[in-house]
Amino acid sequence: MTAVFPDIWPALPEIFLALSGVALLMLGVFRGDGFTRPVSYLAIVCMLLAAVLAMGYGSGRIVTFNGMFVMDAFGVFMKVLVLVSAAFAVILSLGFNEREQMARFEFPVLMVFATLGMLMMISANDFISLYVGLETQSLALYVIAAFRRDSAKSSEAGLKYFVLGSLSSGMLLYGASLVYGFAGTTSFDKVAALFAGGAHVSPGLVIGLVFVMAGLAFKVSAAPFHMWTPDVYEGAPTPVTAFFAAAPKVAAIALLTRVVIEPFGHLADQWHQVLVAAAVLSMVIGSFVAIMQTNIKRLMAYSSIGHVGYALVGLTTGTQDGVRGVLIYMALYIAMNIGAFAVILSMKAKGQMLEEIKDFAGLSKTNPMLAATMAIFMFSMAGIPPMAGFFGKLYVFLAAVAAQEYTLAVIGVLTSVVGAFYYLRIIKIMYFDEPAVVVDKVDDDGMTGVLVVTSLFTLLFFVAPAPILNGAAAAAAALFAG
Amino acid sequence: MASWPILSFATFLPLVGVALILLFCRGNSPDVLRNVRYISLWTTLVTFVLTLLVWANFDPRNPGYQMVEKAGWIPEFGINYHMGVDGISVLFVVLSGFLMPLCILASWESVQVRVKEYMMAFLALETLMIGMFCALDFVLFYMFFEGVLIPMFLIIGVWGGPRRVYAAFKFFLYTLLGSVLMLLAILAMYFVAGTTDIPTITATQFPRNMQLWLWLAFFASFAVKVPMWPVHTWLPDAHVEAPTAGSVILAGVLLKMGGYGFLRFNIPILPEATEYFAPLIYTLSVVAVIYTSLVALAQEDMKKLIAYSSVAHMGFVTIGMFALNQQGIEGSIFQMLSHGIVSGALFLCVGVVYDRLHTREIARYGGLVKNMPKYAVIFLFMTMASVGLPGTAGFVGEFLVLLGVFRDNTWVAALAATGMVLGAAYALWLYRRIVYGKLVKPDVKAMFDITPREIAVFLPLVAVVLWMGVYPSSFLNVTSASVEQLIQTYQTKLAASHAASGVSVAAR
Repeated sequence: MTAVFPDIWPALPEIFLALSGVALLMLGVFRGDGFTRPVSYLAIVCMLLAAVLAMGYGSGRIVTFNGMFVMDAFGVFMKVLVLVSAAFAVILSLGFNEREQMARFEFPVLMVFATLGMLMMISANDFISLYVGLETQSLALYVIAAFRRDSAKSSEAGLKYFVLGSLSSGMLLYGASLVYGFAGTTSFDKVAALFAGGAHVSPGLVIGLVFVMAGLAFKVSAAPFHMWTPDVYEGAPTPVTAFFAAAPKVAAIALLTRVVIEPFGHLADQWHQVLVAAAVLSMVIGSFVAIMQTNIKRLMAYSSIGHVGYALVGLTTGTQDGVRGVLIYMALYIAMNIGAFAVILSMKAKGQMLEEIKDFAGLSKTNPMLAATMAIFMFSMAGIPPMAGFFGKLYVFLAAVAAQEYTLAVIGVLTSVVGAFYYLRIIKIMYFDEPAVVVDKVDDDGMTGVLVVTSLFTLLFFVAPAPILNGAAAAAAALFAG
Repeated sequence: MASWPILSFATFLPLVGVALILLFCRGNSPDVLRNVRYISLWTTLVTFVLTLLVWANFDPRNPGYQMVEKAGWIPEFGINYHMGVDGISVLFVVLSGFLMPLCILASWESVQVRVKEYMMAFLALETLMIGMFCALDFVLFYMFFEGVLIPMFLIIGVWGGPRRVYAAFKFFLYTLLGSVLMLLAILAMYFVAGTTDIPTITATQFPRNMQLWLWLAFFASFAVKVPMWPVHTWLPDAHVEAPTAGSVILAGVLLKMGGYGFLRFNIPILPEATEYFAPLIYTLSVVAVIYTSLVALAQEDMKKLIAYSSVAHMGFVTIGMFALNQQGIEGSIFQMLSHGIVSGALFLCVGVVYDRLHTREIARYGGLVKNMPKYAVIFLFMTMASVGLPGTAGFVGEFLVLLGVFRDNTWVAALAATGMVLGAAYALWLYRRIVYGKLVKPDVKAMFDITPREIAVFLPLVAVVLWMGVYPSSFLNVTSASVEQLIQTYQTKLAASHAASGVSVAAR
């Protein structure tokens, strides 16, 4: 085998982001913490530029770096989602970090590196590159979870995330090594080719597959691997939580989707039941346990567990429709999720952050626009039309019904009714109860911008849903073509 | 045939009102609030005129969909923006348009807190209601159908009575639970037919086993909405706690969405299942008619009594519908329209005294005929209409329903007729306790008769009730062609599937 210089063109967004991450780090090191805001702005610009580069890729499937790296329409769609949500998360962090005296330039830089890891995950075409991407992401995330080092809660969240994250990485690695041992290769393409030929599926390989899936389930915080989520969400600084709930989740879902569809697409019988169990458990835990929460960030954690459950419903079908549903769901989910966290980040009284659900009492009187925005997100998360969240559920359940997964679909819609209860509870507290505290006005232009963009998107998505739906359809088709 | 998209105009005009309020009405000064009220009133009035134009444009001889609008919405997925009305839906559109200005007028003074939000919620509600009756695409229909929950939840929860939170949640979750099952049925149909276009799906023949499940899923949604016994329990709570205008819309239009759903989907799309489950509907409806009438007799709360009477009257509607003949179905549509107006008017009657005394307890009133004679006349008229006195709207509907069901099943007709007797009992007794008797309570004595504004609210209602009672043809003419076609579709499909199963039996 001769050493050929690999085709770097498909990896342009990653390369660009890596270089800009290093450049931003240099900039920060030489200019100090006073330069945090410009670094943050530049980070946003770099992420958006990377998104533009990703979109410029076009279509078609290119495998490069000796089969380690793959780029296709699926990758484009997911990368754009990740980059845009990461950029939003940086905007959300600006004001908060300055108020809480944690505005250090490392923060945006770490987010850039985490995002780089996510892009790698999305494009992984080999268990080795999968692991490298995952760890690049995770290491950066561990640090920003504990970014407020003086806060015991934040440090605890970081530590917890680190310990459990390493455990899951270990499981994943163990699973990958089992797969390598029984399949003789770590390349997704070769594994797929092996089973396409109808090779005997040995129990060891299935165990490896289950371990890999367990590790990934941890990353997407699907039940029963969800335990870390509420604690980390609660403990981490709120903009970090907003980031956790959006970009890494999209990347991990993308990775999980690629793993089960591409290398193990022919082993659907083996992973189907695992995903069904995870989906059902996530939906049930996400909806029932959320009812008892008093902290809004913990509530959002359980809500995100539930949402992952719905997305997994689409994935269990293993069909193109199902993957399309997952992609649509994730795209709409991050919009409303970032929006909801923007509201949470705007909730402060006399400069103090408010994190208890009861602090929302009477918000519709003290700050009607903020309450209306939150109501839009809550109705959307509950899946009530005409909000965007409804369309996410629609396409996921459509796939489930088409694949004749009726039981799963029925469980899904029933838990969504339970879920509606706690989303409605927030609306009830905002609209029906009397105000307890006077919430400060939103004085952050970036925050206002995020609120306006995400709420209008969520509210008016139904007017022109075609671009996202078609994009998701094309992305799903690309995954199945390859 | 209108060349401009009149249905879309009627549907979305109220949103223009919302936008006007949002853009131009800032602050909470009395002047601003007056503007808000006037903007809402004029928007709903113009919308009403538009719905009347829809009626005027409607050709009653044409049984198909009219004023159809179709535009690509998500064409790649076979989902279109498709609107149109036929004889079954057109009058509901007019009913929604008709009740809304009255609701705004009725809330003119009784709503003093968060007036802007209140009016915006009502205007949004109107858009959703009219859109729902016009939608000819399942996804579009579902969006309007479910979307109604959002403003109604807020209306009950923000401006409602003491137990409003409980009532709002119960209303929302009950209806949501029903509708999500319907969503799955819609998806299953989409999977078979490849489209969500309602006319196309109506022409599709579904296998019998699938029909049974789909029927049950639709039933879950519409039975809660109608509401049928035993899933009616949200209704008394919601009615009692909702503000007056909320109750009017709830009884007047929202309950009709269930009946409309049965007519539009269950009967023509799933005829075999309809035939199979008709006895179930009969049973539940008869129980509803008799049981809820008895429950109504025991009520201490005026609104609760009328709420239970709504359940009973809607029982007639479902009985008539599933008689599956011309009289039965036309009767049930007529009954829905008349109930929409009569029960709405009754809630307004309650609202009038509630605004003065702030209690709905029947025992707190008595002898109102002495100091509120005009009110007593109107209330009496509406009570009579509710009872079904010939010459009022209530009579025509119930009579046609009983006629239709008598042809199908004598027992059901006989049992339903007892409901009419019970209905007279509780309605008249309610009237007796509130309006007659001695005027002794000092605070009741101090109540003044209805104001010109209230008369302006009631007069159109009285006129329409009389019109419907004296000359029902102007309404029945509109519905008959479409109902005829509905029955024909039902029977053709049923005969086809029976023939098919006959053949398969013979082949064995």
